[in-house]
Amino acid sequence: MTGTPPPAPAESGRPRERLDGPAKVAGRAPYAYEQPVEDPLFLFPVRSTIARGRVRWVDTEEAEAVPGVVAVLTHLNAPRLASRDDLELWVLQDDEVRHHGQFVGAVIAGTPEVARHAASLVKVEYQREWHDVVLRADHPERYRPDHVNPSFDTDTSHGDVDGALADAAATVDQTYRTPVQHHVPMEPHTTVVRWPGAADLGAVAMYDSNQGVSPIRKVLAPLLDLDPEQLWIHSPHVGGAFGSKASPKAHHVLTALAARLVPGRPVKCALTRQQMFGNAGHRTPTIQRVRLGADRRGRLTAIAHDVVEHTARFKEFAEQTAVATRTMYAAEHRRTTHRLVPLDVPAPVIMRAPGEAPGMFALESAMDELAVALGMDPVELRIRNEPDADPESGLPFSTRHLARCLREGATRFGWADRPPAGQGRRDGDWLVGVGMAASTYPLFPQQGSRARIRALPDGRRQVEIAASDLGTGTWTALTQIAADALAVPAEAVDLVIGDSALPATVGAGGSSGLSIWGTTVVAAARAFRDRHGDDPPAGAEVVGELPENTAVGRYALHAFGAQFAEVRVDAVTGEIRVPRMVGVFDVGRVINPRTARSQLMGGMTMGLSMALHEESVVDPRFGHVVNGDYAGYHIPTNADVGDIDVSWLDEPDPLYNPMGSKGIGEIGIVGTAAAVANAVWHATGVRVRDVPITPDRLLGRHR
Amino acid sequence: MIPFDYHRATDVEDAVRTATSRPDATYLAGGTNLVDHLRLGITSPSLLVDVSRLPFDDIDPLPDGGVRVGAGVRNSDLAAHPTIRRDYPMLAAALLAGASWQLRNLATTGGNLLQRTRCAYFQNPATPCNKREPGSGCSALAGWQRHHAILGASEHCVAVHPSDMAVPLAALDATVRLTGAHGDRGVPLTAFHRLPGDEPRRDTVLEHGELITAVDLPRLPPTTRSAYRKVRDRASYAFALVSVAAALTVTDGVVRDVRIALGGVAHKPWRATRAEETLRGADARPASFRAAAEAELAEAEPLPGSAFKTTMAREALVSVLTGLAEEGAR
Repeated sequence: MTGTPPPAPAESGRPRERLDGPAKVAGRAPYAYEQPVEDPLFLFPVRSTIARGRVRWVDTEEAEAVPGVVAVLTHLNAPRLASRDDLELWVLQDDEVRHHGQFVGAVIAGTPEVARHAASLVKVEYQREWHDVVLRADHPERYRPDHVNPSFDTDTSHGDVDGALADAAATVDQTYRTPVQHHVPMEPHTTVVRWPGAADLGAVAMYDSNQGVSPIRKVLAPLLDLDPEQLWIHSPHVGGAFGSKASPKAHHVLTALAARLVPGRPVKCALTRQQMFGNAGHRTPTIQRVRLGADRRGRLTAIAHDVVEHTARFKEFAEQTAVATRTMYAAEHRRTTHRLVPLDVPAPVIMRAPGEAPGMFALESAMDELAVALGMDPVELRIRNEPDADPESGLPFSTRHLARCLREGATRFGWADRPPAGQGRRDGDWLVGVGMAASTYPLFPQQGSRARIRALPDGRRQVEIAASDLGTGTWTALTQIAADALAVPAEAVDLVIGDSALPATVGAGGSSGLSIWGTTVVAAARAFRDRHGDDPPAGAEVVGELPENTAVGRYALHAFGAQFAEVRVDAVTGEIRVPRMVGVFDVGRVINPRTARSQLMGGMTMGLSMALHEESVVDPRFGHVVNGDYAGYHIPTNADVGDIDVSWLDEPDPLYNPMGSKGIGEIGIVGTAAAVANAVWHATGVRVRDVPITPDRLLGRHR
Repeated sequence: MIPFDYHRATDVEDAVRTATSRPDATYLAGGTNLVDHLRLGITSPSLLVDVSRLPFDDIDPLPDGGVRVGAGVRNSDLAAHPTIRRDYPMLAAALLAGASWQLRNLATTGGNLLQRTRCAYFQNPATPCNKREPGSGCSALAGWQRHHAILGASEHCVAVHPSDMAVPLAALDATVRLTGAHGDRGVPLTAFHRLPGDEPRRDTVLEHGELITAVDLPRLPPTTRSAYRKVRDRASYAFALVSVAAALTVTDGVVRDVRIALGGVAHKPWRATRAEETLRGADARPASFRAAAEAELAEAEPLPGSAFKTTMAREALVSVLTGLAEEGAR
């Protein structure tokens, strides 16, 4: 090739089909458990049947006698770990039981059936101790954490909230609740670990389903007393994660400990669906008191959002439930607080818009109640309270087009034609109502990300970064970003992700994966082109690094959106249907409209799921999730999801990253539950302040 | 999953003889419930007798105008059968309201009747349950009660029968055909499932080794209108909170015949005989339907967490009967 190559067609904005689609449809995209390995063994855990106490003794004799059993692990014979910093990962290191379902042993055997059977024969006797798994707002052990996830202030306070509420023309003072929820990705947590054999100088190999090989390795390697390069993690395809696969879990450690006992033999572990409800993370329940005060024209004067939620007694996680409230609306007097109650539960963790999803259910429900109190259109109420700058920091927004989202959403939905507030219409046995809510999600700046670009002999470019595709479209969208940045067609880019041998980067999380990986790849591409030009020799190579984000500290960085829902409630049975939803989002430039639409639609479906279905019922006597399988823990089926109209504004954010994009992974979830609950109120006159809204909640209560 | 022996029955006699020979043998048909239970450790038979290849997959007319449904007929096939759709629409509707396509393609008529409760404590070997482990106690009584019985329960068990199909079969006065070591017999469907009493372990009156060969459906008068209404937490793939199967015959505005069964409310499909008695000869209007529903549910003894089911069952029943009467009047 000589001279200047023709300009590549702009890839960003093209609705490219998933590059990994054909392989997935044909079953040729290996997920962790399906990776071909030689001569594997299978692990099945033994789980505690008490919520707190000690293992007094374990009898493994019967299990060991089962033909095909290779070993039975307990805390008495498990290899030692190097660090006690994270008790969730302190697996089989002591006799303490910290939550129901905790791993207290494991069987490795020649087949999964034998392992499972033998595990059922391991006898464990416990010293049972008093336990508590019930969240109460007035719990005596309630405390103030030092910060909330990931590093937000625990509390904020501006002005005189109580005084402003006393003087307000209209007020709302209500308590909203959300239950324990589980991530329930379709692909369960799976890992396959092979410890090198005696004659084998290689690394420990781990085929794993996770959200980021780099952050997983960063924690696991030192825990297993390995140098980072001694642990190789491969995770090219993931069947959903939603936060539950962002950090290492006990099954990683358990499988690694088992593998260490059988060097040279890969050990495979796949959690069962039931185990996913005790050993794979969950979202804390929340109790949220929201107080709003406004003047007669609907200008907010006071916002207070006080949250009580739980954490595991053995590991703190403080969901940032009230943080979105700090950004949403202008009000002179504001306060947010978070308090934790330590309980004998498994460790809660980030899940599907942690903070925003439960927090905005409360705030946006309260805003609807305020609109009713004021006799005002809830869309107009929100527009009137648009801040000029971030209310908390005073920083200007990089971009904030919430008002446009609200107006365009109202138009697309036909909001103007709705029946008056409190007077939904009736269609036979159906009570029909409409509702809306606003959405927001922060843009998380992250650090520590690198990418390598290499010219291949055939003129193609290999782009290497340890990024992840959770089923969201990274393979496709990151290829598109690379193509634009390198000024080559997407067909000339060979993207390689999901492997710890690649340059390290951040995991998928906080809706920031593509933004961080994309920025890193753009930086690497610029460096590559600067050094090697656009006609590089084969083998030319550059490693680029994520530059510091210069918008941080100068701008408030957030995505926004507006959600509308129509709800039908059966007047006879209380059954609820949501025939249509509209979501309009301010998410910057969209890299791939096809995968973006899919993610936003999926997010709205998760919000619908939160509104109507998801609840992990915890039995206080035993401390376990009672309805812990797909039959008991409901998520929407196709029949529950009506028409979802997803669109976005064409408004690139030039300040957050060089692509002009914002995150889209989670904002679709935020506000949906409130929009549905507000529509239920419009249809029935019943205000439900704790999700899920099930038929019995409405039965016989409607007007 | 425990080790077990597997025997593929060559004919009915072989099946019965083999199963009868071992006290903890069990039959395997579609396996949609049993295989789950084997994995979860809820049941541990030492022998599975596979009856899925026995010739029980026909749907044949009976001399009296009814229909004989082979025990091996798959739920999907039964729901799609022209005779069932035409003459027993509530049965077809109930089948299609159950499970998912994939499960219905595997699940059989006999197996559907024998599926066990979905009580979450029954399904979890780590929690006490009198049905799974007699004498261990009922965890549901003071536990998660939302899906439990409001009629016919006992202090030992408050579980409900999960089948949709069995509800219209109870209303229809279907007969379950059985064969066993002591010969053949027919049991009315309403007497096939048991109330828990002090022996919740037993779901049905089946003797060990007895095999369901068919279900007989009696003829319904052509003027009868029937419907199945299932109330559930989501639109598909959910067990009933309550369900109603009703067949109504009205002449000159008067109820000549009515058959009603409720699902999701008891340890068995609940034939609503009190409601039926109240209605026979009454005017076919909403007030009568409400009085009948109230008569039936006067006996309801829900737990606090299942109290809503009494209202839900009443309202659903009134609505279904009213709908059938209106349909007949058009």
